Amino acid sequence: MTSVVARRQPAFGPRAARIGLYVFLAVSAIFFLLPLLLVIMNSLKPMEEIRQGNLLALPINPNFDAWVSAWQSACTGLDCAGVRPGLWNSIKITIPSVVISTLAGALNGYALGQWKSRHANMIMLLVTVGLFIPYQAMLYPTVKILSNVGLFRTYAGIVFVHVIYGLPYTTLLFRNFYVGIPDEISRAARMEGARFLRTFWSIILPISTNILVVVAILQFTGIWNDYLLGLIFAGNDNLPMTVQLTNIVGNSRGAANPNVNMAAALITAIPTLVVYFLSGRYFVRGIAAGAVKG
Amino acid sequence: MSSISLRQIKKSFGALTILHSVDMEIDKGEFIVILGPSGCGKSTLLNVIAGLDACDEGQIVIEGKDVSGLEPSERGLAMVFQSYALFPAMTVRRNLSFGMEIAGTPKATVVEKVAWVAKLLQIEALLDRKPAQLSGGQRQRVAIGRALVRSSSICLFDEPLSNLDAKLRAETRVELKQLHETLGSTMIYVTHDQIEAMTMADRVAVMHKGKVEQFAHPQSIYEKPASLFVAGFVGSPAMNFIDGRLDGSGRFLTGDIAIGTDAYAFEERQPSGEIVLGIRCEDVTVVDRGAPESIPASLAFTELLGADALGWFDCLGKRLSVRLGIKAARSMRKEVGLRFDMSKASLFSRASERRL
Amino acid sequence: MSTWLKRQGFKPDITVAAFFAVVAIFFYGSILWTFYMSLTRSTLIPKYEIVGFDQYFDLFTNQRWLVSCLNMVIFGVFYMVGTLAFGTLLAVLADRRIKAESFFRTIFLYPLAVSLIITGLSWRWLLDPTTGLQALIRGIGWETFTFDWLTRPDRAIYTLVIAGIWHSAGLVMVIVLAGLRGIDNDLWKAIRMEGIPLWRAYCQVIFPGMRPVIASCVVLLMSEVIRGYDLIIAMTKGGPGISTEMPAKFAVDFYFARVNLGLASAASIMMLALSLIMLMPYFYSEFRRRS
Repeated sequence: MTSVVARRQPAFGPRAARIGLYVFLAVSAIFFLLPLLLVIMNSLKPMEEIRQGNLLALPINPNFDAWVSAWQSACTGLDCAGVRPGLWNSIKITIPSVVISTLAGALNGYALGQWKSRHANMIMLLVTVGLFIPYQAMLYPTVKILSNVGLFRTYAGIVFVHVIYGLPYTTLLFRNFYVGIPDEISRAARMEGARFLRTFWSIILPISTNILVVVAILQFTGIWNDYLLGLIFAGNDNLPMTVQLTNIVGNSRGAANPNVNMAAALITAIPTLVVYFLSGRYFVRGIAAGAVKG
Repeated sequence: MSSISLRQIKKSFGALTILHSVDMEIDKGEFIVILGPSGCGKSTLLNVIAGLDACDEGQIVIEGKDVSGLEPSERGLAMVFQSYALFPAMTVRRNLSFGMEIAGTPKATVVEKVAWVAKLLQIEALLDRKPAQLSGGQRQRVAIGRALVRSSSICLFDEPLSNLDAKLRAETRVELKQLHETLGSTMIYVTHDQIEAMTMADRVAVMHKGKVEQFAHPQSIYEKPASLFVAGFVGSPAMNFIDGRLDGSGRFLTGDIAIGTDAYAFEERQPSGEIVLGIRCEDVTVVDRGAPESIPASLAFTELLGADALGWFDCLGKRLSVRLGIKAARSMRKEVGLRFDMSKASLFSRASERRL
Repeated sequence: MSTWLKRQGFKPDITVAAFFAVVAIFFYGSILWTFYMSLTRSTLIPKYEIVGFDQYFDLFTNQRWLVSCLNMVIFGVFYMVGTLAFGTLLAVLADRRIKAESFFRTIFLYPLAVSLIITGLSWRWLLDPTTGLQALIRGIGWETFTFDWLTRPDRAIYTLVIAGIWHSAGLVMVIVLAGLRGIDNDLWKAIRMEGIPLWRAYCQVIFPGMRPVIASCVVLLMSEVIRGYDLIIAMTKGGPGISTEMPAKFAVDFYFARVNLGLASAASIMMLALSLIMLMPYFYSEFRRRS
């Protein structure tokens, strides 16, 4: 970190320019914070305050009633159990999906790096292009395949879809990381008699902790925040939080309860925000790594 | 019986041929250096011997057994890599014992072997450290240690000193040579550094474009290079070359100058035609302009090297180097003659580029 | 056979083959299947008789699809230009010596952790004319202030642009910042020795040298545009009317709500074709650079 600090560029010169700079930064900060502040403030307001004023007024008597109701009694269609079941569904979908797609990506990424073939470049290109295929062009066949094996709209089905759709991404992230590890290490392990899986497990995986964390965070954010795949593949018993949230918001359109809706939105956003605030460095590194795909 | 024999090893990657039929017989206990510029195929050859790359054709026999189809770990040899390739997440101890762990060696033997190699290389104090906590020289020792634990009879080295600084490189060179003498093991050592080749090797194999150009004692590589490439590659400064032609009476003709070749030991009888004369800077003497058997030259500049000096002369449209004493270099005149010691010269056919 | 198997133990071929099978079946196989469906008259129930490109003809005479495409272009242009400009500006500022850098950075980046669903909902609440920003500003005295774009068919698309920029500016900032940090310090020294003004240094020296970095930003944003679904669902549901419909939503609607498989497949294939055409130059240069 010190080197980064040391090589940072000199400050802007004139005083006026510096003031302008900070005004710009402050306005930008307000722009970024406004939606979050709005949601937090209103989730703390009782209904009377909501009805009187506008959403951007500060709460007078802040309390957590809306949170409680969003948590356990807000209605999604006919059910009125709040976002609680959705939270549980999202957890049980996200954790195995993240673990499997990350580990499988690590294995594949290492295998691809070790795989020497004249066609390797061409096939890597196909995999990279695969990252940019709109889901819409794959959805229906995936639905058909899963229905044929009885996994459509099941818990196993949604985990499977997240793993499969995430695999090219995790694989490429790991491959890019492993390309930077000298091939001599794998060769040395082979001299020692270690086979492919043994080398991966004993030599490569122990030095991959950073990239494992990075990829797991990216996958966690992506899968937790997913809406479309959960809507289509999870089935009514396993709908993730994002889908339940839109149901709650959509359901209460007649008798609007903005405070409850916003509390529900906050509860849904909290896990990824917590991960972001706790893992800042890894999160940022992951985005930078993920951007340089292929 | 040879320790290792390579028989007509061929290897190509796609359309690119890396090794054209390499043959080599290596005796037990020999220190062999494979020397060549980058891209000559020397590292590929080493990897083929190790079994890390499969060869397309040919046979590798180690201690009388054909190992061509065997996995690297089954060939009874060990390797030290250029980047050391220590397993980063393991302690030095585990780096040393990992191979035995996979092979299912009994615990007591493992402990004993690790202790032996740690003592031999004086790395006992480092055993519980991770590679990242070691200096370059210490990593180098551990890498050698890992190889010795595997096999102290045959050891392959892939440019092992190229990541060390100059001082450490010189020290390690000596230690490796001593280690070789202590253990009596067969060592095959790949490098592009001719000093390493000259100082360490029992025999040097000079490689160029996938072929072994010459496989001989370092001194004869220097004195009697078998080809134009070897002559130009080995020695610093590079050998001086003069294009010319050999007439029927055995005189070397260049421009309007003729030099007798009676002192030269031809390998074949009565060659003639277009040739290249090669002469090292120490085999040229400066004489007066117009002296018999001399070539007119004019001094371009001199370089003082401390112990001696190099004079650079323009001669026959080329720039030739001549090793001089310091005094002579200081008082060198501009217009002189150069005389070649033909008993130490090398003559090459222009067509085949082989020694005549 | 047994020795073959034994040798495989040292090689990654089996793992690689399994991975390629997954990619081939679920990605490329699915595309072929979708393309096949787009050539049929499938509605709720798939029909397997090929009728040619009728669905594509229907698609391009469908008002809703044409509006969707136009919306995507408008959204795409404003969103991409806005996000790139804003994100790059933030990156340049963050690369200079500013106070409380990590504080600002934390604020600029947190939207990346927020789902597009919540992004859309928040901005919908914020821009709601009767309760949001407009009401606030009128409340503090500016009675005639009007910002009702969310409910105006001709302006609603720009509210999506705002929300999109809010969500993605941090992404561009991170990527460009990583690129800026990778620039050789000697280059900056040379710029100072030559006395090049700062803005020219960035525009004529620094950014041109970062072309691959900027290209990867463009590619990422472009694929966000083409895939854009969640944000619309949460923020406008395509409305008012069909003024914020987009192809991704069109395809999903026709797959599942309006059950016209053939038409939805045709729309999906068009989305795919667009992605490929837009990404082609990038991949071409990447591929050439590496081989």
